[in-house]
Amino acid sequence: MSLLGRAAVAEAAQSAPACAHCGAPVPPGAGRFCCTGCEGAHHLVQGLGLDAFYRKRAMAAGALRPVEAPPADFAAHAVEEKPGLHRLELVVSGLTCGACVWLVEQALMAEPDVRRARANLSTRRLTLVWEGEPARANAFAALVARLGFRVAPFSPACLRASEDAEGRELLRALGIAAFGAMNVMLVSVPVWAGIDMGEQTRHLMHWLAALIGMPTVLVAGLPLYRSAWRGLRAGRLNMDCAVSLGVLATTAMSFSETLRNGDYTWFDGATALLALMLAGRLLDRAARRRARQSVAELLALQEGQVQVLGAPAPVPVERVAPGARILVAAGERLRLDAVLESEEALLDTAATTGESLPRRFSRGESLAAGGVNMGAPFTARVTARAAEGSLAAMGRLIERAEQARGRFPALADRAARLYVPAAHAIALLTFLGWWWLGGLPWQAALVPAVAALIITCPCGLAIAVPAVQVVTSGALFRRGVLVASATALERLASADHVVLDKTGTLTEGRPRLLPGDWSGEDLRAAARLARASRHPLAQALLRACPEAPAAEGVAETPGQGLALGEARLGAAAFCGLPPDPRGMSLHFTRPGHPPVTFRFEDSLREDAAAAVAAFRAAGLGVELLSGDAPEVVGRVAAEAGIALWEGGASPARKAARIAELAAEGRRVLMVGDGVNDAAALAAAHVSAAPASGTDVAQAASDIVLQGGGLLPLAEAVERARRAQRVAAQNIAFAFLYNIVAVPVAIAGFATPLIAALVMASSSLAVIGNALRLDAGGRR
Amino acid sequence: MDILVWLIPAALALGLIGLAAFLYALRSGQFEDLDGAAARILFDDDTPGKKGPR
Repeated sequence: MSLLGRAAVAEAAQSAPACAHCGAPVPPGAGRFCCTGCEGAHHLVQGLGLDAFYRKRAMAAGALRPVEAPPADFAAHAVEEKPGLHRLELVVSGLTCGACVWLVEQALMAEPDVRRARANLSTRRLTLVWEGEPARANAFAALVARLGFRVAPFSPACLRASEDAEGRELLRALGIAAFGAMNVMLVSVPVWAGIDMGEQTRHLMHWLAALIGMPTVLVAGLPLYRSAWRGLRAGRLNMDCAVSLGVLATTAMSFSETLRNGDYTWFDGATALLALMLAGRLLDRAARRRARQSVAELLALQEGQVQVLGAPAPVPVERVAPGARILVAAGERLRLDAVLESEEALLDTAATTGESLPRRFSRGESLAAGGVNMGAPFTARVTARAAEGSLAAMGRLIERAEQARGRFPALADRAARLYVPAAHAIALLTFLGWWWLGGLPWQAALVPAVAALIITCPCGLAIAVPAVQVVTSGALFRRGVLVASATALERLASADHVVLDKTGTLTEGRPRLLPGDWSGEDLRAAARLARASRHPLAQALLRACPEAPAAEGVAETPGQGLALGEARLGAAAFCGLPPDPRGMSLHFTRPGHPPVTFRFEDSLREDAAAAVAAFRAAGLGVELLSGDAPEVVGRVAAEAGIALWEGGASPARKAARIAELAAEGRRVLMVGDGVNDAAALAAAHVSAAPASGTDVAQAASDIVLQGGGLLPLAEAVERARRAQRVAAQNIAFAFLYNIVAVPVAIAGFATPLIAALVMASSSLAVIGNALRLDAGGRR
Repeated sequence: MDILVWLIPAALALGLIGLAAFLYALRSGQFEDLDGAAARILFDDDTPGKKGPR
């Protein structure tokens, strides 16, 4: 990821003048900065003497542009550590390289009252300790925001994703198992090689190996035993059962061999097997943990606070009671179900209904949570607590669907279900055969039986699939596709039909200026006024003409328009023109010029048509399902090259359509971003949401697409399929190995040396095969 | 073979010291941010915290 970022920065620097702070291209003649935010941030960094940051950073161009965030109260999240000493935990989004960590830490340490500032690059968590008032928290958060990073209080979801107690336990177990394996080897190798070793020395070696091996197996194996026990209690034979039984049986047999001073003990095999298993498990977790953290970070940034009338500071959503009156600022998302109390409100309901045009509501109408205020600030009375509102109902639906998905049997588990009983049966038969038919004492008959068990131990299987998953999800992560669920790759590989949402998924989800009968001079003059407003259409106008200088003395009439002297920009009525029913538009009048109209449209994503073609090339059917007006949906479908489309679909209709397809035997990949898509996302075989979507949609999805494009998802389908093929190859390979090695073990020819060789070589072969997946991707 | 009486305990003791160091590092949180630790080494503290220009 860092390599990509560096390349992008270098490229931007060569082709066009780049912003001195964020590195985004700047139009010629507009100075050194792309916006006033960057200019402020640059001066701040220079003032602190931290210029070195610009030489050492490695991040994507434009990622560091300061954006104005809705106000949040960080002081409430400050925790008193000791009297007079407060601590604050923040998620810092945009923290992508060592230089960022350094900049944030140094900038905060320059404040005289800060005692400790430590940013964690893996979890994007900033821990800040200072002397004095909790209210200082807001100043610190503002400082980090001014540098261009987005900050949010550390939410419980982030905490769950980053406080990885289980991962730490696995790491500890791995350390112990590795120590045990290496030291048992130290005393085992002399036994293997010891041609003229006396009986007594060998007995000493056996006891030493037992002394190291038995505690290691007992302590380091705990995570595996626990998982095996959980599986057994749920009535399932999982891979951990086989591993646990193999390791424990080997240890017990070795102990019996130690007592009777047999030729060999097998403690080295048992401990090495444990270490390998734990390493595989740890890798598997690490790959998904990164993706889960990124998703939690996205959700934390959306987690909001609400302005309650009469409260001194913004209140966290979950603490707002029904009946409270809230103020929704321009551009803010309504987070609770409410009834409108102001005369009128203009809400963008794209996220809740999929309509691309903002809708006008009048007093007394009920508003569903999820809409964005496109007009003047309004007040509303809350009708339901956050936990009982429409968003929470959606959340419960998602949870139910997730449980259903959790039962999806992973490939490795399906293989284990056949494999484990077979392996155990072979071991049992070997033991009985040697004992009854072969006439050996039972201790001696145990040796070939347990040797068969340890050789069939699904080492290959247990590493085969995680290795593939690690490589593939790592490669996808670098392309901005976050795979958060364990079986998502397998389900993605088997998908055969794509259902796309329109607004925000196939389209940008924000207005873009259409060409019209206005001149460049008109645009520049209008953009100067637009700079004063945060209204989405004004911002869209500004995006079309970013170099426009700010004008002094612009007056904003919220929800109506902007005025500068005689010049007016805004709604038709505000400019003294007849009403205009056609779509999203801004009118601009000024003395001495004819009035002009700027029209906006929610345009297709750049790669939408390419992505649709790629899906089709991969053999998937493509379908567009939107809540927007049918004529708009039809036009977008034609533009993107989609034949099958449906407009005006309610959230329930969307979910029903998915169920319909599932009943036909299709495996549906649903892609959507809105609250209205959540039910469909949860019902689909596998689902994806763009990072710009609502938190509800992301929570309902297996995959989150960072970086705003659909093409990476189409590539992800291909990659997932390739990963499935390699996983199947690996499993087949592990089986083949056993077919060769097991007869040797049953016949009693296997020694610990042979077992060690078989185990190590099969694991290496399987890992090598998995690494092939990444070979094409990195180049 | 008498030498074993010394060599084996010595080898085990060295191994145990390594294990203890690993467990200490794990407990004191040194494995919490592996990416950050890798990047941090590249920055010298030429602006030491409290004395830096404001």
